[in-house]
Amino acid sequence: MTAAIAIQGLEVVFDRFRALKGVSLEVGEGQSYGLVGESGSGKSTLLKAITGLAPVASGTVTVNGKTLGKTRDKAFYRDVQMVFQDPYGSLHPRQTVDRLLQEPLAIHGIADGEKRIERALDEVGLGKGFRFRYAHQLSGGQRQRVAIARALILEPSILLLDEPTSALDASVQAEVLNLLEEVRRRRKLTFLMVSHDLAIITHMCERLMVMQNGEAVETLTASQLIGHRVSEDYTRNLLRASEGFVRV
Amino acid sequence: MSAEIIQSRREWLLSDRPASRLQARLGRAYVTWRRFSANRLALIGLLIIIALLVVAALADVLAPYSPTIGDLKNARLLPPGAAHWFGTDDLGRDIYSRIVYGSRWTLYVVILVAVIAAPIGLLVGTVAGYAGGWTDAILMRITDIFLAFPKLVLALAFVAALGPGIENAVLAIAITSWPPYARIARAETLTVRNSDYIKAVQLMGASPFRIVLRHIMPLCVSSLIVRVTLDMAGIILTAAGLGFLGLGAQPPLPEWGAMIASGRRFILDQWWVAAAPGAAILIVSLGFNLLGDGLRDALDPRSGDQ
Repeated sequence: MTAAIAIQGLEVVFDRFRALKGVSLEVGEGQSYGLVGESGSGKSTLLKAITGLAPVASGTVTVNGKTLGKTRDKAFYRDVQMVFQDPYGSLHPRQTVDRLLQEPLAIHGIADGEKRIERALDEVGLGKGFRFRYAHQLSGGQRQRVAIARALILEPSILLLDEPTSALDASVQAEVLNLLEEVRRRRKLTFLMVSHDLAIITHMCERLMVMQNGEAVETLTASQLIGHRVSEDYTRNLLRASEGFVRV
Repeated sequence: MSAEIIQSRREWLLSDRPASRLQARLGRAYVTWRRFSANRLALIGLLIIIALLVVAALADVLAPYSPTIGDLKNARLLPPGAAHWFGTDDLGRDIYSRIVYGSRWTLYVVILVAVIAAPIGLLVGTVAGYAGGWTDAILMRITDIFLAFPKLVLALAFVAALGPGIENAVLAIAITSWPPYARIARAETLTVRNSDYIKAVQLMGASPFRIVLRHIMPLCVSSLIVRVTLDMAGIILTAAGLGFLGLGAQPPLPEWGAMIASGRRFILDQWWVAAAPGAAILIVSLGFNLLGDGLRDALDPRSGDQ
């Protein structure tokens, strides 16, 4: 299996603060890979470094066999798209859903816009009725569906998910996760998903990496995590914390 | 019957599920209009500005006399009366006619300044805010230098260098009034440039030019419109001030500021010569201020969920 994303010794430095300290990982094509860790562990920074939003100090990022330089070209963005954490902040407040979905098509000069927009809205379970709404006329779950539609409209092969459901309540969370699963199966997408929720990661991903303070703690498969077959103390602590309160 | 039609139209405009781009846009405009028209004073301001536009457009019909040719022999400094509503000035010209024609010059100055200054400020501000770094530092220091000069004094210097005349007055006012707009646009840009929705557009591969033009500028425009409208009164007063000092409109142009200046000499005995254009300036400035206040309430992106 070829690697969709291969990262070697990635370092990200913001004003002397080392957010990522030499992280390496490999995600196979069509795989779903999870990144877990507490806040500030560098998991979101890793996604941003791949997309070029965070300053890479050293290390290499290879996507679909192409090693990326300092800048990303348009072709890269047709391969890799991202869904953000906060659905309330990721949609332009003055644009209709239609405008939001048209923008990527306009940037990449794609002609069959009308059809693609309708298809994208259908795919994420929003009908035509939502097409000309503004973001403030949508609920959190609907907004996140629009964000997913926007990410999918360029037909990428890799989707980066930055805690896509953490801002949603439990029932909506399940709906959005199921939608993502379904989309991945249908389009054979590669997922790189960040979450602090171990249950979501074990549900969605085959492999995962535990991160702490900008470093990789260990790499596991989902079944290892479920069976508590972990080797690092930090991971054990995370597992204990995720079981929630224990009544004494 | 007609009430039903109005009701169904309103429902169409306020629909949660607009069926077309046009309906979404009209619905949004309608919500803004409702918020604007809830403010009585703002409506008065709007009426004043509409009245100004109508007077300027129909000056030829509304003015009974010529604004520039007077009757020196029979009609010098007549008090307000049936023949001359606002009296006549020292050259025997009907003041009412001059004020009606002067509305054109007022509009000319205000619109031209807004059209020149607002886009410059918007462009400088958004580019500086979005680009950051050196571009930001250089553009903002230039803005600071312009801001550091007193407006009227800088305008005076420009007019003195370029020569008196209404076109140069407009240019001078425009040059001195863009920096606050650049500041506002930059501040707005800084609040949105790191938001996820701008990042999302970056992740589509949009060029910085496109992001600034299509995603950031629309967010800055509403606060800029408010500010420009509120500044209109100041622009009128600056133009009148330049006119008063003899550096703006030149005789015999019926510009309101210049009219006050020429009435200064008889202000004690023939008060109407200066009072009429003064009142006109007052009313129009007030109109723009009321309109701007109303627009602020209606357009401010931070109020409500717009």
